[in-house]
This record gives sequence, C-alpha cells and structure tokens, in this order.
Amino acid sequence: MARIDLDHIRHSYLPSPKSPSDYALKEVNLTFEDGGAYALLGSSGCGKTTLLNIISGLLTPSEGELLFDGQPVTHLSTEARNIAQVFQFPVVYDTMSVYDNLAFPLRNRGVAEKDVDAKVTEILRIIDLEGKAKRKAQGLTADEKQKISLGRGLVRSDTSAILFDEPLTVIDPHMKWVLRSQLKHLHKQFGFTMVYVTHDQTEALTFADKVVVMYGGEVVQIGTPDELFRKPQHTFVGYFIGSPGMNVLPCEVEGMTARIGGHSVPLPVGLDPKKVAKKTEVGIRPEFVKLGAAGEGLPIQVDGVEDIGRYRILRGKMEGTALNAIVAEGVSIPENPTAIFDPSQTNLYADSWLVGEEA
Amino acid sequence: MEKTINNRAWFMVLPVLFLVAFTAVIPLMTVVNYAFQDSFGNNQFFWVGTEWFTDLLSSERFHDALVRNLIFSFSILAIEIPLGIGIALCMPKKGWGVPVCLVLMALPLLVPWNVVGTIWQVFGRADIGLLGYFLNSIGINYNYTQDPVAAWATVIVMDVWHWTSLVVLLCYAGLVSIPEAYYQAARIDGASRWAVFRFIQLPKMHSVLLIAVLLRFMDSFMIYTEPFVVTGGGPGNSTTFLSIDLVKMAIGQFDLGPAAAMSLVYFLIILLFSWVFYTVMNNAGGEKQQYAGEE
Amino acid sequence: MLELKHVSKHVDGVGHIRDVSLRLESGSLNVLLGPTLSGKTTVMRLMAGLDKPTSGQVLVNGQDMTGVSVRKRDVAMVYQQFINYPALTVYENIASPLRVAGVKGAEVDKQVRKAADLMKLTPYLERTPLNLSGGQQQRTAIARALVKGAHLVLMDEPLANLDYKLREELRDELPKIFSESGAVFVYATTEPTEALLLGGRTATLHEGHISQFGDTLDVYRNPQDIITAQTFSDPPLNILGLTKKGGEFRTSNGTLIPASEEEKRLPDGHYKAGFRPHHLYLHRQSAEAVSLPAKVDVSEITGSESFVHVTCLNHRWVALEHGIHNVEVDAEIEVFVDAKNFMIFDDEGRSAASLMAVNA
Repeated sequence: MARIDLDHIRHSYLPSPKSPSDYALKEVNLTFEDGGAYALLGSSGCGKTTLLNIISGLLTPSEGELLFDGQPVTHLSTEARNIAQVFQFPVVYDTMSVYDNLAFPLRNRGVAEKDVDAKVTEILRIIDLEGKAKRKAQGLTADEKQKISLGRGLVRSDTSAILFDEPLTVIDPHMKWVLRSQLKHLHKQFGFTMVYVTHDQTEALTFADKVVVMYGGEVVQIGTPDELFRKPQHTFVGYFIGSPGMNVLPCEVEGMTARIGGHSVPLPVGLDPKKVAKKTEVGIRPEFVKLGAAGEGLPIQVDGVEDIGRYRILRGKMEGTALNAIVAEGVSIPENPTAIFDPSQTNLYADSWLVGEEA
Repeated sequence: MEKTINNRAWFMVLPVLFLVAFTAVIPLMTVVNYAFQDSFGNNQFFWVGTEWFTDLLSSERFHDALVRNLIFSFSILAIEIPLGIGIALCMPKKGWGVPVCLVLMALPLLVPWNVVGTIWQVFGRADIGLLGYFLNSIGINYNYTQDPVAAWATVIVMDVWHWTSLVVLLCYAGLVSIPEAYYQAARIDGASRWAVFRFIQLPKMHSVLLIAVLLRFMDSFMIYTEPFVVTGGGPGNSTTFLSIDLVKMAIGQFDLGPAAAMSLVYFLIILLFSWVFYTVMNNAGGEKQQYAGEE
Repeated sequence: MLELKHVSKHVDGVGHIRDVSLRLESGSLNVLLGPTLSGKTTVMRLMAGLDKPTSGQVLVNGQDMTGVSVRKRDVAMVYQQFINYPALTVYENIASPLRVAGVKGAEVDKQVRKAADLMKLTPYLERTPLNLSGGQQQRTAIARALVKGAHLVLMDEPLANLDYKLREELRDELPKIFSESGAVFVYATTEPTEALLLGGRTATLHEGHISQFGDTLDVYRNPQDIITAQTFSDPPLNILGLTKKGGEFRTSNGTLIPASEEEKRLPDGHYKAGFRPHHLYLHRQSAEAVSLPAKVDVSEITGSESFVHVTCLNHRWVALEHGIHNVEVDAEIEVFVDAKNFMIFDDEGRSAASLMAVNA
C-alpha cells in the first residue's frame, strides 16, 4: 500500500517533442493518497491510459518524477514496483487451474507452499471462486477470468496499488453490477490504493472516492462524484459527466443575474462574476431544470420527449440553444411548458471555466 | 464458431474434386489393384491375395527401412521443433529486423529438394567441398560415401537446414498473435523468462506447433530426393529409407505387386502416425474454443 | 417487411435458436435485447441469410426467402468492430456499395456526399479509415450501410466499442436517419438502457428464445414473465419471495402486504414480486409503503443518484435514489417497498397479468 505522487509528469511518444501538441500528457501533478479509490475518466486519446502505463512502469515518462511513498520509482521496472494490474481483456494463464493462476505470483517470488495455500484459499473465498479452484482457467466466463486477474493482485501481501484498465469492457451489464459492488467491498476490506481507468462515467463515479477528469492530455478537474456533478469546473466536465450532459447556454452577466436572450436567470448568491471574460455561459444540469406552466418560467421550444422508463428526457431549445430537462416518472409535463432553473444549482462559466463563489 | 451454409460453394469445389480424383484416387485404386496381383509383363495379371502383404510384413528389408525412417523422423522432430521455437523466440517482434529475418528464414524453403541435395553433396565432399575439406583438415574423418554415421549426419543436417525455417515461421506467427497485455501481466506477476515461455508462449503456440509437427513428420517420413541425390541410399543400405527402397523395388526390379503393397502399407503408417500426433497434441490442452465466450 | 416463422437453428445438434417468430414492419426500429451468447448475433445472421435455419421460414415482404443466399438479398450490416476497406478513402468506402450496384458518375457523388453530410464525415472524405477516430470509423461503416439503401439494416452492437459520450451522440442520430429510409432496422444490444433510449420495438432474447416482443416501453413496463423483466432491467431487478393467502401477500419475516383487487383473484401459493431499483426506497414515500429490515452491502454515488446495495430477507437488492445517500456499510436500515410497483410472477415465472388473461 502506498501513496502515489506524480510530480510534473510529461510524456510524448515522439523522440524530440517541440510544441505542446506533441505531448500525449501535458504536465500532470497528482497525488493518489494511500488507500484511496481513484478513477481516471476521459474519452479515448485523453492520455488516461498513458498515465496508467507510467504508474505501472510500462512507460517511462519523458519528464517528471513518480514517487511511491515518497521514494522515486520513475526508473524502476514494473516488477520492482509491486503493483497489480487488471487489463481490459482478461489475462489468465489458460493451461493452469484457477488455483495455480492465483498461486503463480507467490510461487514466482519463492513463497513457501504452505503460505501459498493459505493465501490462495483465502482469496478464492473472497473472489467467490472456491468451487472452481481445480478447473482450468481456459473455459471460464469473462467475469470469472477478470476476477482471477484481480485475485492475482490480491494474493500478494506487498502490493502497493492495483491498477484497472477498463476492466468491465467485456462484461455483460448484469454482471457489471455484481463485479462493481464486489470490487468496492474489496477496497473497503483491503484498503489498497486503486486507480481505475475508464471512459464510462457511471463506472468512474460509482467506483471512485475521487475522480480525475482528463481532456487533451491534461487534468481538467479532480473531485468527488458530488463535486463533479454539482460544480463542474469546466463546461467539458459538465458535458462529459451526466447523461444527458449539462445544459450550457450563452448569456450576458448583469450584476447577480444572467441574461439569456431576453430572459433573466438568477445566479447563486455570493458569486463573483469576472468582468473581463469574453464568453460567459450559464450551466445547469437537466436534473435541475423544472418544468412550469406558461408564465411561470422561461419559454422553451419542445422538440420531443423520450420516455426511457424510469424518467423522461424532454429535448428542446431555449433561445436557439439545446436544452434538456429530466422529468421523473409519474410527473406530468404541462402543455407549453416553461423552464425554471434552480438558482442554487445554476453555474456561471467565463471562458468555459467555472466562476467561483466568494469564500 | 458458426459456419455459413451455401450450397453453391459445393459447385466451386467440384473442379478440385475432379483433379484430386485423377491425381490421387485413381492412381491409388491402381496401386490397390496391383497390390493383390502378380504380373509377368505383357499385361498379364494373376490374383495373389494378400501374399505380397505377408511377404512384406515379414521381410527384414522392410523392417530395417521402416526403423530407419522412424529414427530419422523422430530425430528430425527432436531437432527441428525445439530449434524452430528457439529461433522464433529470438526473432524481433517489430522494427526493420522483422522483414530481414523473415526473408532470411524463407530462403531455404525456396530451394528445390534436388538442388538442396546437390548443394550438400558438393559441400560435404572431402576433396572439393568446403565442409568436408574443413572437417577432414581438423582431424575428423568425414566421408559420407563410406561412413554410415557421416551419411546420416549429412542427411539430418541437410533436412534441418532446409526445413527448420518452416517451423520458425509457424511459431513466429503464433508468437506475434499474443496480446501485449499477457507479457505485462507476467512481468507484474514476477514470472521468470521460463515461466513466460511455459505458461504463455507455449500454450499460445499450441495450434501452430500441431501443424508444424504434422507437416514435418509426414514430410520427413516420405523423404526421398535428398538422400537419393547425396548418398543414393548408402553406404550399404544405411540411408535406404522406405521411399528409396520402394523406388528400387518398383523401378529397379520392376516388382510392381510387392511395391504396390508396400506403398499401401507406407501410406497407412503415415496416416496412423499423423492421427496419433494429432490426437495426443490436441488432448494435451491448448486453446481451442478459447475465444468462444469473448465475442 | 421481414417475418421469421418458427425459426430454429441447431449447431452440432444443440439448439442455439429455439422457435423464433417475429414480424418486423418496414420503417420500424427493432431492438434485440439480451446478454452475451443469448443468440442475438445468430438471429441476425438468420435474418440476413448468412445462415440457413434448421427449421422454420424467413419471409421478406411475404415471399419465402429461406435459404436464399445473402448476396441475393437486400441487406446491410454494421458490426461491433469497425469494418471498412483500409486501403480506400472514406469517400471510396462509402461509395463501394454503389459501385457494386453499378451506379454511375454524378449519382455516386451525390449520394456519397449526402450520406457523409448526415454522418458528419464531410471533412474526412479523403482520409483512409485508419487515420480516423473510432467514432469516425464507425460512422463510415454506418454511412456505407446507409447509401446501400437496403431493405434490411442489421446492426450488431454497433456502439459497444465506442466511448460513452460518442455512444450517446450516435444513438440519438441512428434511429432518425434510418427511420427516413423506410428500411426494417434491427439493432442488437446487451444494454437495457440503450433499448429504452432507442425506443421503437424490443424483442428480449434469453438462451436463444424470444421471451417477449412489443413496443419497447410496453415490454419494459409489462413483462410477461420474470425472465423478460430481468433481461430488461439495469440495475438488476429486485425480487421478493411472497406467499399469498386470501387478500394478502406475506413475506418470509411475516410482513403483510395487501394484494390489489386484480391480484386477489390469483390462487393462493408462492409468488415472486419483481420491482425495479428506483422503486426501492430508503425513505417512506407513501402511506401504503411497507417497511422491511435490510443490511447495507455497499453504496455507490454517481453524483445525481446513489445506488445502495442491500441484503433484505436473504435477497440481494439495489436501491436507486436521487441525490446523495452515503449509507454506512453493514448498517442495519429500513427500506420501503410499495405494492403498486410490484410485478407479480408465479413459481414458473409467468406474470400475474398473463395468468389472468389465460383464466379470463
């Protein structure tokens, strides 16, 4: 178990990078606290896998230092770092039994067979594969194979961190729920530092205590799921997290109100609008857009309503900009609805960055 | 996993079926026909029943040739398979070295059998051959026309030189198809080089190795041209393999009946061994159906 | 129109597809929903004519096409993997079905540009597919299916290999684009949420058998059996074992839940109540709600919602609640269920509604 520090890490796949665009990873400073569950979230090409490979030691960064518990490990080999990794596609040793798969990392390190047996038996019980210990790994289902991959990390007592590279890609939706909650349980039980790379917001938010949102080789925001949801630091985070993403409407700021076209939207109390910003926008989650009858709120144009069972998504426009609202099951949608914004959940963005509240 | 059923495909196969019928089935039937008859020329044939077979199976000449063949084939497999795997493991996985290695490896495969024989025949001669002259000059008495051991060594080295490449190329194809994640996982698990080979590379090469073993066995069991060119089956009968013996019998002595019976037995032996190899290796585990659940 | 009549497919004597009957209208969007290996791909191959059914018929516009090869049918397919011609430009990739069909000159250009415009590929027409992002590669494959103007368009988990946000975008566009073409549109997915977002009609597949086929929301709200309800639930369906006696259901800890007028007509015996995670509450929502004791296994927060995994009366349940509910693990809490949200199934998994329809 260890704290992981990334100190001014930059990485380029080119031999002599010149412009910032040559870098797959542009200056990352991050700390993963000991025993924390972290997710690296972003679309493909955002640098999240590059970052993970730097931590695991499969890549050496072009610049910067990586520290485990304060000790520099930047140039240490993967084996010497004592990390475990679960890959996107299950990696198991096909010809070995489930038991031998789990014993493999211990036997490689010369652990006595008696201790191997005790540890493997314990892990088999934890990952719920006791009944299949003697089976060959080859014929197992994808989720069982992923559990074995994880188990090979858990058996070792010296594991400092477990890294996950989109581990649920090949798992059926129903099994995803089971595996995710088991993973959470394990984290609570073992207290390993865990870093989980994914493009799936649900996986990232449900798994992690803290989510690192990445975009274009940079970290855009680090926060708890709640912070990312309520106070996205950048409109990209607002768009990327939440389904549908945050509504972003261009506006002009006049004192404590934002004007969208001809309409005023109150802003949260205590906001300090930057006056120099070229572009100001109001951001509000579809979850916080309430529908009112005519005259109650801001006029919107309704393009359609999608019923997805649990709730409905009203898709429409306000002053020509797309606006979505989520309507709970059993709540009726008024005729010619208007939109009412919850001021406490309305964010103001200047040049795409969140305008902070005064402390 | 699933096969497309298309009846028209059968028509496409028809020309090949005809070709195979004319080149294989009909000659085979002729051989079967000869195997039960005796002829005195002039197209006069007598039914002799299984006489040729009983003669053959109790003939010492046949036994000796069969044993030689088996020793030869198993030596070839014992050398070429490990050597082929070893070379494949050493070959680069990416970069400019890949095409260079592949071309180098493919070169021996492009040389015709009789040319290989001729090359080694000259190469090994004690008077003008580079190899023969060199060996003799450092005190090793090497003469493949007189010494059975030298003759054997020459034939085996020749075959290894000619065909190890095939094993290398097959193994290499198997190796490059292993996803990088397996090697990464093995490093994380602290696996030794040997463990990586034993538990990742070997299982993943299983299916190509099966093909390599079958091909090399069948081919080496039928070896004819190279020893015929180099040693002519000698010295004595020391390199007279079944195929050489067969030709001697059929063409040299014009004993069509016994030769036909021998061809059939020869054919059945190859079939039997190939089947045994296939079954044994297939049951030894491997990765059939490996990806069935991962679509 | 495409119709499958009692289609079965056996491979090596094992039934992969059992007695599938479906009637898909032209211009309709049909979702095949089921987990991996439930037979979605096989059903699509049978529809396309890539495989011949062991028994049963495949009718296209009323005409028997069973066993007619895929070449002679009018079918376009899009796969999970991005399949394009790597050596051809995006333009030529999209144009390829037109070239095969012998379309000439200006017409090719017109159609390619129209499809490229719809799929937002216009800036990339001169690139080769390998120089595109995954989303753009899949758009190219879809554009190719689009210009083909096929009568039957089959998509086998087309978005599975794409990023979450890209999926959202394409999922929005696809039904609109193809509904205009008037084709029979079939879309296979493992994700219930995706089926709901797509709308149209849904067939739930389980072990090679269609358990239900109908309007997507109707299948979701009124599943005929427990298998359908489970297949069509994400997070997984919560299930509560009940014993009915007279006008009441009794749980294993003796809690009584009154049955509705309809349910009272069911014979006494063992039943299962299925209800969705957003109908399991951590706080009392109504006076009729019934309280049950539960132990918290784990709680997950997505920002807007919380998933609380609990064990209740030996059942493992998930509660989906709005807002943030960070409940301590192993805490003993009360959970609430409301009988009005129950879907009642008998011991064999048949829904109460379908049982009463039989009795009536």
